[in-house]
Amino acid sequence: MENLSALDPRGPVAEMQLDLIMLSLYVMIFVIIVVFAIFTYVLVKFREKPGDTHIPKQVHGNRALEFIWTVIPIILLLILAVPNVMTQFTLADSGGADDDVDQELIDEDEEAEDVVRIEAHGHQFWWEFIYPDLDINAGQDMYIPTDTRVVVELEASDVIHSFWVPALAGKTDNVPGITNSLWLEAPEEGVYYGKCTELCGASHWLMDFKVLAVDPDTFDTWAENMAEPDEELTEPEGEVAVEGREVFENNCIQCHAVGDEGGPVGPNFTNFGERTVIAGFLDYNEENLVDWIRDPDSLKPDNEMPAFDENTISDDEMDALVEYVNELKVLE
Amino acid sequence: MSNSTAASKKSVLYDWLTTVDHKKIGIMYFFGGLFFFTIAGIEAMLMRIQLMFPEMGFVGEQTFNELLTMHGTTMLFLAAMPLFFAFMNFVVPLQIGARDVAFPFINSLGLWLFIFGGIILNISWMTGGGPDAGWTAYTPLSTTSGGHGVDYYVMGLQVAGAGTLMSAINFLVTIVNMRAPGMSMMRMPLFTWTTFVTSMLILFAFPALTIGLLLIMLDRIFGGAFFDVALGGNVVIYQHLFWIFGHPEVYILILPAFGIFSEVIPTFAKKRLFGYTAMVFATMIIGFLGFMVWAHHMFTVGMGPVANAIFAVATMAIAVPTGIKIFNWLLTLWGGRIKFTTANLFALAFIPSFVLGGVTGVQLAMSAADYQFHDTYFVVAHFHYVIIGGSVLGIFSATFYWWPKMFGYRLSETLGKWFFWLFLIGFHLTFFVQHFLGLMGMPRRVGSYLDGQGLNEMNFISSMGAFLMGFAFILLVINVLVSRKNTDNVQDPWDGRTLEWATTSPVQEYNFAQTPLVRDLDAFWYEKMEGDGRMKAAEPLDDIHMPNGSILPIFISLGFSILAFGVIYSQWWLMIVGGVFMFSMMFIRSIKEDHGYHIPVSEIKKEKGEG
Repeated sequence: MENLSALDPRGPVAEMQLDLIMLSLYVMIFVIIVVFAIFTYVLVKFREKPGDTHIPKQVHGNRALEFIWTVIPIILLLILAVPNVMTQFTLADSGGADDDVDQELIDEDEEAEDVVRIEAHGHQFWWEFIYPDLDINAGQDMYIPTDTRVVVELEASDVIHSFWVPALAGKTDNVPGITNSLWLEAPEEGVYYGKCTELCGASHWLMDFKVLAVDPDTFDTWAENMAEPDEELTEPEGEVAVEGREVFENNCIQCHAVGDEGGPVGPNFTNFGERTVIAGFLDYNEENLVDWIRDPDSLKPDNEMPAFDENTISDDEMDALVEYVNELKVLE
Repeated sequence: MSNSTAASKKSVLYDWLTTVDHKKIGIMYFFGGLFFFTIAGIEAMLMRIQLMFPEMGFVGEQTFNELLTMHGTTMLFLAAMPLFFAFMNFVVPLQIGARDVAFPFINSLGLWLFIFGGIILNISWMTGGGPDAGWTAYTPLSTTSGGHGVDYYVMGLQVAGAGTLMSAINFLVTIVNMRAPGMSMMRMPLFTWTTFVTSMLILFAFPALTIGLLLIMLDRIFGGAFFDVALGGNVVIYQHLFWIFGHPEVYILILPAFGIFSEVIPTFAKKRLFGYTAMVFATMIIGFLGFMVWAHHMFTVGMGPVANAIFAVATMAIAVPTGIKIFNWLLTLWGGRIKFTTANLFALAFIPSFVLGGVTGVQLAMSAADYQFHDTYFVVAHFHYVIIGGSVLGIFSATFYWWPKMFGYRLSETLGKWFFWLFLIGFHLTFFVQHFLGLMGMPRRVGSYLDGQGLNEMNFISSMGAFLMGFAFILLVINVLVSRKNTDNVQDPWDGRTLEWATTSPVQEYNFAQTPLVRDLDAFWYEKMEGDGRMKAAEPLDDIHMPNGSILPIFISLGFSILAFGVIYSQWWLMIVGGVFMFSMMFIRSIKEDHGYHIPVSEIKKEKGEG
């Protein structure tokens, strides 16, 4: 099942963060109970009763009391501050590009072999995932192996975006001109929902992506086929699909790459047939795919993809195109 | 020598347009603020309709972004701050026993700059769409946004911001120089104290905003490259500039409310404010720390663990002085005789509401956990809890509390209590569930959300709460209209403690016939308990010198606005026309000798009923 909640963590980073959230919640519930109790008592006890006209004693203050309610909050804050600072440093130790020392450590460390490095590029309004060590460019779906540390380096090509997979890790911003990083791990296989959390334009709310945690063997297969797809995988089967490839090459390939052929303007299509959604949010089916190609702007305003009407791609050609992209798979 | 009847020869409209009387200016701030509060409230309603159901098509994505930008900008700059300025203007000179503020002309100029700035900002709706980059206007989204929306945002805020800055300086000078004899700093009412600290915050915070907006303007209109990464710019610098202003702004919005509660609670508990000195110092510490924590808005921007840890701990520290205040209010109530008037209900409801907003503030301060909270509905819930639970409840409390003094009639308590309960229930209904929405994966500033992600029910509840708040607000408007007959018992209806209750309602032009002599904190209460219930005079009855009104503030603001439109549409000739007009008006102001006028003793005696 797809998972989109910080309250249901599926990895160590989100767990650490939830622990902090719960710790602070317990301390704060204590504070709330104390204040609410005094508040309720005071309102009930000292409300004006009918006929009461006495003038209350004009108290100036009380040193001892004021000392107590200065010191107790300080102690409570220390209980929160110490674990927060510790977790903060643990989270920052990602081995990302912004941290030169750790980068060297990882390069030299033998364990570094186990780290998967992914550059997550935010674009208006889609995500590009580049695996620099594996020579992979993937769009929208970020595949990761289970039980492996993943370092995500965050970049942006236009405006600021923010990379958030609530069930695996809190967010970090994709800032143009700056490379941030975070790390995450997914012990269990699963599909984890990701979202852009920094206002980035009209279709900000539709800038969703998925993190797919698969077992390491499956990941290796995926990685190999993504980097250098077998002929078997890329060759379309059947007459219609072959025709579809022609349509694709005439219309789509300038922006959408399959394997190492094609442009980088839009999401990579090498494993398009394995997506579960189109454009990050539409259910994957033929109807939605055609609607999307015919008029992307009405579904996701201000995105870069041009519309292809019947004069550019006829209905027959469209059927062929759909047949072809449905077959673009790397995991079977 | 002319006399006070000079003004009444002119039409009522001209009198209000040219007035430099702090009370009339306060009233105009009030209605200006209320007008923009209504507009921003309608914008909020439109957003809550759009979010009532998943994937609603009520307003488009682009319009939604414009609505969220204008809702935030209008509420903060054109509603909450002017409403506080209304009470500061009206009440502070009275509370310190002064006849007016130090610079009446500048006071008027500040008002008109705010009104013109607000109009400029809202004209954007009619000229192709409002600003759409959020009230924070983060670069490069704001510098690359199409149309003129963001230009309106930049210039509207520059015009309004100039007014805010000069009003703040005016309050500082007034409070330092114009206190009545005997009113030392440590005998000032808490509302005057918070006005003083708030003005200090404005003085240091607003220039950072001015610069941030200026850089956006240079980038957008004159091809600057401060925030263009391709040309070597840095987009994060803007966030620092914005939050160096933006975080103190949060305290600019809450400290005056703290001041209001510190007036209302002692009055209706019939007790002196508990721990006055601690309250004053807590206010100053909050103001100071407010400048030290801006980067907690930027934990996810990649500042590194050291900066995050420092700003996290600094932010948590603010909870200490805030806690001191909460407990001091509770202890003020302790042992008192609490009267549940509408004004006091708003003040009392503030305590639990604000504590709920405050504790989430501490949670957000935890930088490592903030990676989950940041930019989600959890944050939306948090800041609405502190701004509505703090500032807005404060504004409503002040409205019911000072209304008789400002307008000479009492608002209906029955309607007021209906308004209070519906508004309070609506408020908690709207925002409590949003904490959970955020943690369940709903980012803020989203034009909609997908079906089947578990977000439907709580969004629906939230929208219902918002409609309830909107409905409650209508009751306030009705209350204002139908209560006009309650003109009895308006001079000191609440058995007040401070100087504003010692003068007439509505207050005469010169505030006090004779400057009062202050003998203790809660000066008026002291005279009621220890004296004969009337303020002692600190001066003999004499002619009172008053400043003349002037139309120039409107003309100066008009010139500045024309210049602003020149900038928005990159028209040099228009900029020059506006600039020349503005500076000519300022020149006239500088060379024209105006000695004001005197109100003769005979007339003062007549008004006192002694003549």
